[in-house]
Amino acid sequence: MFSLLRSIGLIFLHMFRKRETIQYPEEKVVLHPRWRGRIVLTRDPDGGERCVGCYLCAAACPVDCISLQATEDENGRRYPAFFRINFSRCIFCGYCEEACPTYAIQLTPDFEMGEYNRQNLVYEKEDLLIDSQGKYPGYNYYKVAGLAAGVKGKGEGANEEPPVDIRSLIP
Amino acid sequence: MVRIYIDQKPYDVKPGKNLLETCLTLGLDLPYFCWHPAMGSVGACRQCAVKLFKDENDKTGRLAMACMEGVRDNMYLSVNDTAAHDFRSQNIEWLMSNHPHDCAVCDEGGSCHLQDMTVMTGHAYRRFRYPKRTYQNQYLGPFLHHEMNRCIQCYRCVRFYKDYAGGKDLDVFAAHNHVYFGREKDGVLENEFSGNLAEVCPTGVFTDKTLREHYTRKWDMTMAPSICQHCSLGCNIIAGERYGALRQITNRFNGEVNGYFICDRGRYGYEFVNDPDRVRQPFVRAENEGNNLFESLNAIFTEGPMIGIGSPRASLEANFALRRLVGEANFYQGIPEDEARLLDKVLAIRKNGNVYSPSLKETEYADVVLVLGEDPTNSAPRLALALRQAVRTKPLEDMAPSNIPLWHDAAVRELIQDDKGALFMAYPVHTKLDELASGTLHAAPEDIARFGFAIAHYIDGNEALPESMEPQALESARRMADLLQKAKRPLIVSGTSLLNEAIIQAAYRIGRALEKDDRKAGLCLVIPECNSAGLAMMQAPSLRQAMKAAETGGFTTAIILENDLYRRGERSGVDRFLNAFKNIMVLDHIQNDTTSKATILLPAATFAEGEGTLVNNELRAQRFFQVFMPKNEHIRESWRWLDEFRQFREGTMPDELRELDNLLEELVASMPQFKGVEAAAPLSDFRINGQRIPREPHRFSGRTAMLANVAVSEPKPPEDTDSPLSFTMEGYRGMPPAPLTPFYWSPGWNSGQSVHKYQSEAGGALRGGDPGVRLSAEALHFANGLSTHIPPAFERQENEMTLVPLPHIFGSDELSVHSPSVESRSPRPYIALNGLDAARLQVAEGDVLQMQIGGQVYDLPVIRKDEIPQGLAGLPYNLPALSGIAWPAKGVLTKAML
Repeated sequence: MFSLLRSIGLIFLHMFRKRETIQYPEEKVVLHPRWRGRIVLTRDPDGGERCVGCYLCAAACPVDCISLQATEDENGRRYPAFFRINFSRCIFCGYCEEACPTYAIQLTPDFEMGEYNRQNLVYEKEDLLIDSQGKYPGYNYYKVAGLAAGVKGKGEGANEEPPVDIRSLIP
Repeated sequence: MVRIYIDQKPYDVKPGKNLLETCLTLGLDLPYFCWHPAMGSVGACRQCAVKLFKDENDKTGRLAMACMEGVRDNMYLSVNDTAAHDFRSQNIEWLMSNHPHDCAVCDEGGSCHLQDMTVMTGHAYRRFRYPKRTYQNQYLGPFLHHEMNRCIQCYRCVRFYKDYAGGKDLDVFAAHNHVYFGREKDGVLENEFSGNLAEVCPTGVFTDKTLREHYTRKWDMTMAPSICQHCSLGCNIIAGERYGALRQITNRFNGEVNGYFICDRGRYGYEFVNDPDRVRQPFVRAENEGNNLFESLNAIFTEGPMIGIGSPRASLEANFALRRLVGEANFYQGIPEDEARLLDKVLAIRKNGNVYSPSLKETEYADVVLVLGEDPTNSAPRLALALRQAVRTKPLEDMAPSNIPLWHDAAVRELIQDDKGALFMAYPVHTKLDELASGTLHAAPEDIARFGFAIAHYIDGNEALPESMEPQALESARRMADLLQKAKRPLIVSGTSLLNEAIIQAAYRIGRALEKDDRKAGLCLVIPECNSAGLAMMQAPSLRQAMKAAETGGFTTAIILENDLYRRGERSGVDRFLNAFKNIMVLDHIQNDTTSKATILLPAATFAEGEGTLVNNELRAQRFFQVFMPKNEHIRESWRWLDEFRQFREGTMPDELRELDNLLEELVASMPQFKGVEAAAPLSDFRINGQRIPREPHRFSGRTAMLANVAVSEPKPPEDTDSPLSFTMEGYRGMPPAPLTPFYWSPGWNSGQSVHKYQSEAGGALRGGDPGVRLSAEALHFANGLSTHIPPAFERQENEMTLVPLPHIFGSDELSVHSPSVESRSPRPYIALNGLDAARLQVAEGDVLQMQIGGQVYDLPVIRKDEIPQGLAGLPYNLPALSGIAWPAKGVLTKAML
């Protein structure tokens, strides 16, 4: 009998506590920057696509919901010809972001992706590519990778020696 | 067997090997770069360090390179010793200090030996913070991409390209830490085996350029064991697919056939499969309009007798299904009469058994080689690579007293220098192998044959000597005979390239003359196409007989199986033949002149879309497996179409069609000469622990997204009813039987170097034996025996030139020329003339000559080749622009009026 009254009392007291429930969707949820939500493809500081089509995100994906095809522009710069994420399968684990060597694929604090039709959860590159560097500003993969792909010439990158003159014997 | 102790554990191992291969054979993971099972050791990369101990009591030991130490009895060593392990990991760190951070855009990534070895040594984080060395790249032609920054200076590329394949235009330049592997300047890599650099290079300096066009990682490909379709040798390949397109061909090890290497035609000729102009839909010509496909087909099958034209580039199954549909009497080979006769001779020689039919591997061990009327570099390229090794056999044997082990490559090459075994080349024009030859003869086909008969005479006096031969030729024949007699493993290479029966006869007579109690001469015969032998073993009459039958027989329908008849004979003759039929049904996968004549055209599967069996030049039956299921359901194996037609003909309705029985079993039942062919690979109900063998690696990605743009609900994966392989990544993960190995992978070994895990010993045969079954020609019957008719000497004709067909590695093969990369390497049409003939016709090199063959006229620029005998003109064989010539041909040449 006493415990019953005690419970009623405790619940009564909760009326004066701070409310956890928010009036979504009128009121928005506050999400941390590292929250793992909707996946985007970002751009480098020069506005170029960061994705180089290395397939590591697809390989890391435990539900195999990423599919892409790499292709090249006239300078030899790799980019995805198509990039598809089937969000109806995605478990937002973030492995793709961890695997990405170019900071291209990033998970963003956004979960508002609900659809009535499952087919609409299939995102193509047009839906994924954003005009921003996302969480990692300032990084341009092609400036630190050795090869020349129109971004910089051989030996012009960060921490690179000028190309070897193979006709010279000077050390 | 000797006993060695590795980390205190005793092992009994084969003597004569080095420690590295021994460790790999024992299943120990020892990292290496410069060692290659086919090329031996040079000790350049310092990666395979192990610790050697004096005896069991020695606790200090010393570091040694495993690849440079021979196995000795009672040897004590340690692979896991801390010092050895640290040495290996520091060595990798040094190698990596200049290796760029570009794995993400490197085509090698995921099948990279450098990645594997780096992980194996535990070097996970880089400490090197200083600037990295860079190099400019070179343009190396349509086959290979060059990215020199990635080089780790293991020297494998030049060792393969220069030392193994005899290339001249790739070398190492510069000095100290600036060494550079490339050409003297930008340009196309000339060697026919350059594509192997992509596999030989342990990292991404040389990568497959055609793969780059549609790049896919190894782990993302659906792969199947396959057989190369572009010549008669039947090299084993792995074909990989992604998103419905064939992406890459890599070498599949077969110790008896191609070993570790394939030629560039085999590697890059695959793109005909992706050709946008392929036959993809069934097509019925207008007069049958209104009927559906089944109705128009049924009308044909009930109409009257049909004639079936088989094909040397279609599988055994397809040819047999056609033979069963039209009946044995109405089945024809679909090759010219002369070619059929030559192949008959080849089979008759195999049946007689006086000579030995060597496998491609065995040709590498011949000590004296006579090439009679064949240019292997162009007609059977992988054989040319084998012959390049064969000329080293004799010097290698001679150096046996020096006690240098054969795997000690640098020492061996230093010792034998340019010493070569005897190789004699007899061919109308210069060939690439001439540079290795101790003697050459550039003569007309008849004279090459006479030369051969003369050799046979000098070996065995009972053989007739050709009359009125020049003393010089006789002398060189006598010397060759002498060499062959002294040889332990003589090899004669001949074939059908020059379309001359007497040459094959002569080659056989030599082989027969060399037959002794204890040894038989090897006779390697090159034949035209990937299944020429299989088709010839059906012993059907030739295309000319079909033409005769069509004139008299009252056939209404011709069924032409994967065969462009316009490549087989004169245009007007083929036109006349095809016009004799009301219905012309063609099954093919590429568009050609014959498909354009078809009244019913059915899309056939290529080697990548269907199963089949091919018989190579040594009568080895090998099975190739379907790589992927074409999205278009109309593309089906020819044998499937044809077997259904047979059922329709018997009155079966489409919904009552029976599942296909085992075609190969029925083939053997109706033609006993094919006995054993069903054992070429496990049958379709073969399972391991109840599981299929997956075509996809376990890391295969994108299954729930690749088709999501079409429909978000994933379809059921296609089922394979014809083989024990599955189209998924699920199934048995252990070691599959050798004929069913879809790709090479082993934990920690992602690159193709993992093949040693599949071998019984590193560099040896595959576990369970190398795949393929040698068929016997015993059961065949031949109407005509092997005559010894010696042809008269070649004589120059006054008004016309005798033409010799010159095959080209890039261009002469019907399918590979549809690959843009191969097409760009194929020669433009030309006519090769002796300078004196050119002067007589008043033309200089590059001038255009008009050549009339029969009713056809070709305009051809002149190339001067002074080694060609006068009166003879060389014409590239079966280039697309030069098809429709009935060989052997003669042509009237006139200077073109411009």
